[in-house]
Amino acid sequence: MTRPARVALKVFVWGACLAPLALLAYRAWNDDLGANPISFITNTLGDWTLRILLTSLAMTPLRIVFGLSWPITLRRLLGLFAFVYVCLHFAVWSVLDFFFDWPRMWADILKRPYITMGMLALVSLIPLAATSTTGMIRRLGARNWNRLHRLAYFAAVCAVLHYLWLAKVGVKDPYWYAAALVMLLGVRVWEWGRRVTRRRRGRAVPASPPVGSRAENPLS
Amino acid sequence: MLIRRAPRFTASEITDPTLYLSRRELISGAAAALVLAPGLGSAAAPALQPLTATRNAAFNLNESATKVEAATTYNNFYEFGVNKDDPSRLGHTLRPRPWAVQVDGCVQKSKTFDIDELTRLFPLEERVYSLRCVEAWSMVIPWIGFPLASLLKRVEPTGQAKFVEFTTLLDPNQFPAQKPGFFGFSSLDWPYVEGLRLDEAMHPLTLLTVGMYGKVLPNQNGAPVRVVVPWKYGFKSAKSIVRIRLVGEQPKTAWEKAAPSEYGFYSNVNPAVSHPRWSQADERRLGEFRRRPTLPFNGYADQVASLYSGMDLKKNF
Repeated sequence: MTRPARVALKVFVWGACLAPLALLAYRAWNDDLGANPISFITNTLGDWTLRILLTSLAMTPLRIVFGLSWPITLRRLLGLFAFVYVCLHFAVWSVLDFFFDWPRMWADILKRPYITMGMLALVSLIPLAATSTTGMIRRLGARNWNRLHRLAYFAAVCAVLHYLWLAKVGVKDPYWYAAALVMLLGVRVWEWGRRVTRRRRGRAVPASPPVGSRAENPLS
Repeated sequence: MLIRRAPRFTASEITDPTLYLSRRELISGAAAALVLAPGLGSAAAPALQPLTATRNAAFNLNESATKVEAATTYNNFYEFGVNKDDPSRLGHTLRPRPWAVQVDGCVQKSKTFDIDELTRLFPLEERVYSLRCVEAWSMVIPWIGFPLASLLKRVEPTGQAKFVEFTTLLDPNQFPAQKPGFFGFSSLDWPYVEGLRLDEAMHPLTLLTVGMYGKVLPNQNGAPVRVVVPWKYGFKSAKSIVRIRLVGEQPKTAWEKAAPSEYGFYSNVNPAVSHPRWSQADERRLGEFRRRPTLPFNGYADQVASLYSGMDLKKNF
């Protein structure tokens, strides 16, 4: 991929990820957040966290299924945007919704399974964001870094359960997210199974690049 | 800087003032027509008939009412969809007139009332109640109606009558969400059925409601007639009622069928009993920033707590 194309792609992703925030700010400015603004903001931020997180997890399947390597270059950016959205989601919940009532929030985290899942998702994204820099990848080594970043799957499962368990009867959206996650993880399981069977047959696996290679490296 | 070039257009190309003035007239005329024509835009927001009622000082919550815009755009009415804005967006498909309400079951004088007859049957009162949703938000609404007890006494319940069952209209043409969706998926088992114990239904607080904010009920709030039971979570107050049946057995309600562990038959507002998934200890009153503590029986404990004396309210949630 040429450099201008890479730049254009990144600019597009920045724009797409910031647009929901801009729209939210615009609606807030125009007093157009509905009758229950805090709930509206919380839900919007939560929705976009899930969408962006699942999009970041779709980059590897695009390579496995369609052989495209350029989506991998967007994985870190998407992951970091998901982290930004989940932090805002948490900030609105703790500040606007519960106004620093930490004992009450802590009780809910322990007692309400959907909130437990939401917190687990948020907490497991912290080390991923913290080790997202080039320097950290070098320090950890590609192998360890890749292992650590499998936490993203755990975070996504928690995030989807968070939504599934909070939604009331009849709300279908969380099932769509769950279906998307099952597909994204399914592709990886299928690829892993394919590799294992090939290895048993004693053949090399040309499709999967060695760890740390250009296609595997998130910074390439 | 010197501008050397002559203008590129000729005088004849400039629009004649009489022309553009007449254009303006046309536009402002059209705008005036839009404002004045009562029929236009009625699909989205029909003009609601004003309804005269006397404010009943004995049932007047001393708090300012929720903005009417909030009370008419933030609704749970699953017959239109599960989202809060579905009822106000899609509500125009409901035809609240003509409308009949059948009152029957264990009664001496079962009767089907026309909605206009029902509205004139008893003097209308305005009562300001707080409405607490099971989702931990609340509103303050000036309702218009009369005590359900008046109607029930009129049809003379027999000794067998122990419960009152309310049934909402079943008509997928008027309630889009009653049509089965993907794979026959439906949010609830239609029609919507709710129920009260007879003594709850006869309680003076229980209001058969035909209006709010000085007008008839908007479609999204349960037109043309609903019940309002202010000490219970909002979903207990059935909307767009077509049948009120007095029965001997406890009715199986729509929400009980959908999620029995979450929505009990009683569903009295109770800060001490959590919803299985979230706390009911506090609530957000729409329009307020901070959460406020939820009161037992939604603040009506002194009037209704005696109905449940001796009952374990944790078990009978």
